[in-house]
Formats: sequence, structure tokens, C-alpha cells
Amino acid sequence: MVNAVYLHIPFCDYICHYCDFNKVFMQGQPVDDYLAHMDLEMKHTLEQFPTDRIETIFVGGGTPTALNEEQLERFLKDVQNRFGPYLCDSIEFSMEANPGSVTPEKLRIMKAYGVNRLSIGAQAFQDSLLNKLGRGHSVAEIGEIVQMAQNEGFVNLSLDLMFGLPDQTIHQFSESITKAIELGITHISSYSLQVEKKTVFYNKWRKGELPLPTEEAEADMYEMLITRLEKAGLLQYEISNFAKPGFESKHNITYWKNNEYYGIGAGAHSYIDGVRRANAGPLKQYMTKIDESGFPYMDDNVLTENERMEEEMFMGLRMKEGVSKEAFQKKFNHSIEDVFSEQINKLVQNQLIQDTGTHITLTEQGFFLGNEVFQEFLAI
Amino acid sequence: MNLEEKLKRQSRIRNFSIIAHIDHGKSTLADRILERTGALTDREMKDQTLDAMDLERERGITIKLNSVQLTYTAKDGEEYIFHLIDTPGHVDFSYEVSRSLAACEGALLIVDAAQGIEAQTLANVYLALDNDLEILPVINKIDLPSAEPERVRQEVEDVIGLDASEAVLASAKSGIGIEDILEQIVEKVPAPQGDPEGPLQALIFDSLYDPYRGVVAYIRITEGSVKVGDKIRMMATGKEFEVNELGVFNPKPVAKKELSVGDVGFLTAAIKNVGDSRVGDTITSVKNPAANPLPGYRRMNPMVYCGLYPVDSAQYNDLREALERLELNDSSLQYEAETSQALGFGFRCGFLGLLHMEIVQERIEREFNIDLITTAPSVIYQVKLTDGEEIIIDNPAMMPDAQSIAEVQEPYVKATIMAPNDYVGAIMELCQGKRGDFIDMQYMDESRVNIVYHIPLSEIVYDFFDQLKSSTKGYASFDYELIGYRASNLVKMDILLNAEKIDALSIIVHRDFAYDRGKDITETLKDLIPRQQFEVPIQASIGQKIVARSTIKAMRKNVLAKCYGGDISRKRKLLEKQKEGKKRMKTVGKVEVPQEAFMAVLRQDNTKNN
Repeated sequence: MVNAVYLHIPFCDYICHYCDFNKVFMQGQPVDDYLAHMDLEMKHTLEQFPTDRIETIFVGGGTPTALNEEQLERFLKDVQNRFGPYLCDSIEFSMEANPGSVTPEKLRIMKAYGVNRLSIGAQAFQDSLLNKLGRGHSVAEIGEIVQMAQNEGFVNLSLDLMFGLPDQTIHQFSESITKAIELGITHISSYSLQVEKKTVFYNKWRKGELPLPTEEAEADMYEMLITRLEKAGLLQYEISNFAKPGFESKHNITYWKNNEYYGIGAGAHSYIDGVRRANAGPLKQYMTKIDESGFPYMDDNVLTENERMEEEMFMGLRMKEGVSKEAFQKKFNHSIEDVFSEQINKLVQNQLIQDTGTHITLTEQGFFLGNEVFQEFLAI
Repeated sequence: MNLEEKLKRQSRIRNFSIIAHIDHGKSTLADRILERTGALTDREMKDQTLDAMDLERERGITIKLNSVQLTYTAKDGEEYIFHLIDTPGHVDFSYEVSRSLAACEGALLIVDAAQGIEAQTLANVYLALDNDLEILPVINKIDLPSAEPERVRQEVEDVIGLDASEAVLASAKSGIGIEDILEQIVEKVPAPQGDPEGPLQALIFDSLYDPYRGVVAYIRITEGSVKVGDKIRMMATGKEFEVNELGVFNPKPVAKKELSVGDVGFLTAAIKNVGDSRVGDTITSVKNPAANPLPGYRRMNPMVYCGLYPVDSAQYNDLREALERLELNDSSLQYEAETSQALGFGFRCGFLGLLHMEIVQERIEREFNIDLITTAPSVIYQVKLTDGEEIIIDNPAMMPDAQSIAEVQEPYVKATIMAPNDYVGAIMELCQGKRGDFIDMQYMDESRVNIVYHIPLSEIVYDFFDQLKSSTKGYASFDYELIGYRASNLVKMDILLNAEKIDALSIIVHRDFAYDRGKDITETLKDLIPRQQFEVPIQASIGQKIVARSTIKAMRKNVLAKCYGGDISRKRKLLEKQKEGKKRMKTVGKVEVPQEAFMAVLRQDNTKNN
């Protein structure tokens, strides 16, 4: 049974130089028509794949807060209308919020419709870096949005911070960490920059015009991140995620535990009854598909048991607690050692993972070299 | 056909080939001639018909020869039989070129009206003159804005010493001058000599292997005639066969019952191995054998050797089969099994030159789907040991210890370089840096020079071409021929990865250059080998002495950070891609080494010579 929902709002007021998510420049887009189609998709999805309980909702983008107040209210009303009957008491309802695009009124609407966690795209605390990233906001606006959210009664606030950025110094990243901590938030996601195709950064990189930090500098930043946040009481619970105890993101844990989720909206991904599906990305195609067949996804990717076991490992090992042997046994009717003894032995020998008796977890070095670990579990 | 008819026919045969530098328009002209003589309808016309292999088309060069029979009705009203024999355009195949020229009485010399004569053209013109061919200059591409036909006409006269007053001004691309070329072939190229009733002499100028018919030998009849069913003998190998099939290409194969003096065509005789019908050999009849073979037969010996190893050692047998198959078609390819501590089981292969080597590698990878690791090419060294014994070394790893060596000799070539005189300084600096001895320099006209150096072949093998191209902006052309062996102060340099000697990376270098070369190689390897989980020292040593070192730092961070909003398939693909990359590497000791690292010794610091 599916207990998690991802909803995708693909509109943005500006396009960041590193972003390759499914998104469009907002001006002139058929936003209302799109929201109407999302509502249809929610309806059809619940009819086709019913649930009895929703534990997490995550609204991502794009920039969900780029919606104006009217659009925002309409969208959240639809979500409540469709999923409301199934929400559990401890529901985690997250929404991505961008500095500069949030007003007290928008926050009041979100709160009124049940949003109880904000994931704020801060990325850096230097105007020079924000500018290079193509972020359309200032450092001052990060402080303002946090202040505004706290005033409106939001407690569970997460901040995104990037490192490994062009020209970023370790000193700058240290400053960003300090300022993030000072804001009194409950959660931090911190990702190193990945240069993806079809981005401004990719084109610069190909021309040799993207001065990325060395692998050493990037590793130093990551090391500092973990140490500093742990000291401030934000404990690492996944490769890129840190939280005060009790504030870990339940929605993301759904992915890492390889549990199922709905994916609503253009370019969204779902995982239902062992089948992974991807929705059409372009808005027009997304809406046409819904008009024609009721659903916007392209092909079904039915996972084999082996693939599911592989994913259980390479997703689960991302978490500090690792993969539970008992949970694995229960899910697949095989013990983890039966399936992966060779890989586990090799990686234990290389000191990248450890066997705690109940779990397989990454070692400290394993967190830095995660891909070396994850690859081992793929059968190619 | 009675004797009189045969002689009449013989007087109307014209055998010729086309000599041209790459890009000067040889294939286009061949196509125009085929069109004009009606050999192909427009619809059948694929551009550049004679270059049949994909590889040839891609590289714009001809590797395997072809011959075509055409009929042309001249202005005198007579119908003539033309045999157009194609020649490979690369120095590696100069022996094949000389044999196909030997099958002709004339040659069209195509010179680009803008670029003039190039080194390669000159080499082939000399081959043609050696074979007493009538040479008809054609100045091509006259419709280019930069064409200077009169300058080029003068150059042909000055440099080659040919009378170019009647040179045809042509544009094969636009079809200008084609008629004049065909008329000149009729008028100027002599008809074949020889007695149709004499003892058979047929020159093999190429052969290829057909899985259904065995070897197909491309032949030119010089004396006598041959019929289907005749018993024939290969004069060099002594092997005897019975003729199954005779024919000509028009350009599709057309069967004939008999081929006679002057004819150019093909022959099959259930020959199982191209080694039994070697290029340059003479076919004669068993019943009425010729006293002597035609002159000029040579067994081709490889000049360059390298190790070929499958990335996946399970493909060793596939690689053996691939080599066996290629050998059927390529008698100059040599190979024998060898074992490398680093690379496992593979083959040491001998090639005519670098292009030949690249072609064989590419064919194995493409046609047989085997990922290869190629070690750096080596020349053949002649080594005198202190105990008086002489040995031949084609694999640097096999070079004996320095104490037991009295002298090492290496092959030298005469390198001929033609270029605009602005680049003389750059060329001389390059050749000097390659241990070259300056021999001669001549001005071909006021702006172009011909420079001759003697250079060790091993230096040519190391990126000489690329450096020549980059230091002359591509304006220089280059040709070389082997001139013999000379003693040099050579030493073996070993490369150690993680303190383990990697036999496949050993090279032989001149002692004076050893330190620099060691530095280049260790630095290059540092860039080519990805970081491992541990630090990897790279060392270059001569004997026990370390002459250069670098270090690959340990991997510090390799982890996918992003969540990709639930797009797990994408994560999987990224990880799969990384793993695929790793699988294409060879694990040497504990170090994962990518394929290209084994060619690292070829990559030099180019800044030095620029």
C-alpha cells in the first residue's frame, strides 16, 4: 500500500544555473489548466491505486511558492480534497519554499491547508555565490523567509545548502553553515554540486569555464559539514541530510527505505505495487495524456525481485542506520547474506561498510565513497 | 578467339592506375571515369565506389585494391578496354602500391591545383617511374577559387621532371576534363606487350579471402593465357592449384572462360590461405611453366609490433579467431601468442606501419566486438649480447639486462617532408628533437621546400605525425622508407605502479632522453589512471634506478548526493555507468587501469616541440 505522495509544481520565476529538474519559466504558462490536470491525476490515481493511509506529502518543484496566492490556495484545496480523508495524525506535509517568493499571506494559506514543514532553498550565504548560481534572491531574503515562517508558527524548517560550487572557498562554506545554524532551523539538506546536462553550468564546464573545487577541497567541505552540524545538534541521518532528533524527513526516508509513493505532476516519478513509472515532462504532453487516457505516465518499469533487492541496498545504505537485516528478510524472504555475501565481504574488507549484527551500514569512509559501495550491488 | 583476334584485342587494352595524395580527388575522378564509361548507372552510383570497406570510406583512404574493366569508345571510333587499378594511398602499403603499379602501363598523376605536389605523391611517382609507367599529369580542382594551375604545372616539371605541357586541367567534382583524360589514356598509355601463346606469367597484385570461394587473387596477365580448369603453380611458394573461376570486375564480378595477355581480373582455385597467393608472386602454368617469375616479389615484413590483449580475458579465444580471420585477408599481419604479467594472455602482432596497426585494431573491435588493450608500438631491435649471441627484440619487456648487452641497433628511416618554407624552422626543431640527422633541403619553388632527415623509426612511431601536423598547421606532408639499422645508446625503461613492475608499459628509450620521457610518462599516467581507494605511486626506472615518479592521490569523495525527487531509475543508471567504466579497466595488481593508459608512452608533452 502506498503511504507517500510527491507532487510536482514545475514553474519558476527564474532558472538556476545548475538545475536540471523538470521546470519551466513561469511567465505565459497555463498554470490553472496544469493545476486542473494535477487534480484529475490525483483523482484517477486514487481510483486506480487506492490507499488507506497517507503519512507524508511533499510538494517539490520547480518552485511551488512561485504560484500566486489564488493558485496556491486552489492547489492545496485540491490536495486536501483528494488526500484529506486518508491523512494520518502525524502527517508530514512538506513544501519547498524559495526566499523572495514567499509572503505572509502565502504562508497562512499553506498552514491553513495542513502544510507543516518547509524546505527552504537557501543554497549559500554569500550574495556573490547566489548570483553565480543564478538564484534570484539575496542572503537577506533567506533570513526574512525563516523569520516569516517562524512568525506564522512553522517549527519544522529545513534549509538546503550547496557545496563544491564554482569558486566557492571552504571559508565561505563554513560561513554558510554557521549562518544556517544561527537561524535555529530543525533540518539541513546539503548537496555537493553535480554538473548536469542541459544546464548553464554544463555548457560552461564543457568550455572549461567552470572553476570547480578540487576533489580534496570538496571532501574537506563535506567533512567539515558533518562535524559542524553534529556539534550543533543536527545529526547526520543520511549522506546529505541532518536533523535535530525527531525532525528527520519522513518523506525522504520513504525513498531510502525503498517504500512506495505516488508521483503526481509533470515529470514526477511513482513507485506503486513494484512498478516504477515516470510521467511525461513537457506540460502540454502531460496534459494531453491525461485528457486522452486519464494518466500521464509513459512506460511501466516492472522491477524484478533482483532489482528490488539491489535498490533496497543502494538506497538503504544511504541512511546512517543502514539496511536492517530483519526488514530485508521480511520483504524478500531471503537473508541479506544469502543474496549479497560476496559484495558484503569485499566491502567490509575495504572498510567501506560494516556489519553491526542487526544492520549493514556505511563506515565513516563509506559515506565519502558511497558510489564505490552502491555499484557493488548492481548486477552488471 | 584466334591468335589474330587476340592480338587485335590486346592492342586495344589500356592498363592504368591513379596516383594522388589523400584529398586530391582520386576517388572522385575514378567515379567520373566509371560514370563516363557507363560502368555504373547513376542509380548504382554510390559516391566513391572503389573504396568498399566502411573503414576506407570513413578515413577517405583505400586499403584494399580494386580493379575495374571499362569499355570506352574513343574519338577514333575504336572501342578500347580499360583496366583501372586502384592503389592504396598510404605509406604503410607502399609495397602493394608498387605491385599494383607493376600491373599497369600508365598512371594518371592527380595533383591538386591549389595544394601542389605532396610528399606521398612524389614517393608514388617514383614507384611508377621505377616500373617504367607512362605518367599523365592531371591538374585537378581547377575550379577552386585558390587554384593556381600554372604554378602547379611548373612544379610538376621542376620537381618531378615530367613534361607537363599537355597536363589535363580538370575538375573531377564538376566533370571538367574527363573526356580529355580518357583520350590521353588511349593515345599515350602503351598497349600491353607479351605473347598470348607464351608460357603463363600472371602477377598477383592483391588477394582477398572469400568464405565461399577461398582466396580471390587479383591478377594481371603479362605473358600467355589461363583458362578455367588449368593447373597452375605459385612460383614463390611452389603450391599448385586448379583454376575454378576466372573473371573481371565491371565493377561487378563477371565470369570469363579465359584471361589473356594484358587482362586484369580475378582468379579462384580453392586456395585456403592468402599466404599461398602472396602479393607480388607470379602464377604460371604447370603444363608449360615460365622459366622465371616476374621481378619484384618481396615477402613483406612487419615494421611495428604491439601487444593486443582482450580487456575481458574470457575473450582470448575470440581474439585468436579474429586474428585468424583477418590473416586470411591480410598476409602481412603477423601474430603469436604472448603472456604479460599485467595483462594476461594475448598476442604480439606485427604490422607494416602505424596505420595498418590502427586498422587491424579497429576491425577487431568493430567487426568482432572485442574490447582491446593495445600496448605501445615497438620497432624491432637487433641486440648483440656480451657473449656474442645476437637476438631480435620486438617487445621491450623482453630486453635483456643492460650488463649482458654489448650493443643495441635500431631501424632508421629516411623521412621526406614537404612544406611551405615558413615552417622549416619548426620542422627542423621537431626532427632534431626526434634524434634526426639532417640530410638535405631543397627548394621546390620559391615557397615550398623538401626536407630530408634520417630518423630512428621508433621516433616516428611516437606521435611524429601528430606533432608534425600541429607544428605546421597541417601544411606538411610526410613520407618515409626504411634505410637500415644503426647502433644507438638505448636502454629499457620500466614503469612501476604501486611498486609493481608493469611489463606491458616497458619501453626502450635513448639514454639521453630517458629522464624526460620518464617524467612525461609518469605524469601522463597520473592523469589517465583514476584515483583508487589508496594512494598509488608511479615510478619510471632504468635498472634499479628510479628516474621519475608521480603519485595518484587516494580517492577522497565519490558519492551521489542528490535525491532526484524519487527518480530511482536515474540513480541506478548513473551507478551503472560508473560500474561499466570500471569493468572496461584492467586490474593490475590492485590498481584499476583504463585501456588508454597502456598507450600512455605515446602521449608526450607537446609543448616542448611547439
